Amino acid sequence: MILSSLQSVPGKTIATHYGLVTGSTIRAKHVGRDLAAGFKNIFGGELKGYTELLQESREEATMRMVEQAKQLGANAVVNIRYATSSVAPGAAELFAYGTAVVVE
Amino acid sequence: MELYSALINFGIPLVLIILGYFMGTHFEKRHFQSIIIRERAFLNKPAVTFDESDDTVFPLDPSICDTRLVGGSVVISVDYFKRFLAGLRGIVGGRLTSYETLVDRARREAVLRMKEESGDADRIANLRIETSTLSSGRGIGAVEVHAYGTAIYTR
Repeated sequence: MILSSLQSVPGKTIATHYGLVTGSTIRAKHVGRDLAAGFKNIFGGELKGYTELLQESREEATMRMVEQAKQLGANAVVNIRYATSSVAPGAAELFAYGTAVVVE
Repeated sequence: MELYSALINFGIPLVLIILGYFMGTHFEKRHFQSIIIRERAFLNKPAVTFDESDDTVFPLDPSICDTRLVGGSVVISVDYFKRFLAGLRGIVGGRLTSYETLVDRARREAVLRMKEESGDADRIANLRIETSTLSSGRGIGAVEVHAYGTAIYTR
């Protein structure tokens, strides 16, 4: 599966369009991480626990999008975009979307 | 008794502000130093915001052999002193320099992590930077930056 944030894959031509594929996940952080973040809030700096959490969630959203593209019989997803939104206090939605295509 | 309550009401925030100022400034300075050194190493790997596959913008580079989606992200928290300053700024208005440096270092760090992930790529095309705020009920102020793009590998 070729993933790209470009409109097509350079050097290849798009044979078939399958339209929009999406993947999303909503994650809440846990108390331990929140406690550590509370301390970090005094001194400032990177919240490694949160960075990892969001990274994992984003990968999961991407995987769900890729699954959807596979089911359609595509071999690439182009023009991928990500979006993040907080749906509730302490929970975030990670959303990935793109266009499933067959490239040759 | 009054002395105790005065200590608790003003002493603790004051200590947190002082701690936040010294520790926050120290961490920020160290982070900027590391960013500047790492950015220098990536001077010859530019990240551009245009779409390379769109040949109406530029003729397609024939030496491209592979492309890959890469991304980097970071969550950075404000310190107690910055939050205090922001509170003061909220009264008189104007530029909030302490938060400007916060988002600046988060963005640069995210772009650097993306470039580190791209290995021996020649450049990054169609870079997108997305910023979001994280907050819980207690008002933890942190900013998340995600930078992503397509790494271009050439022969």
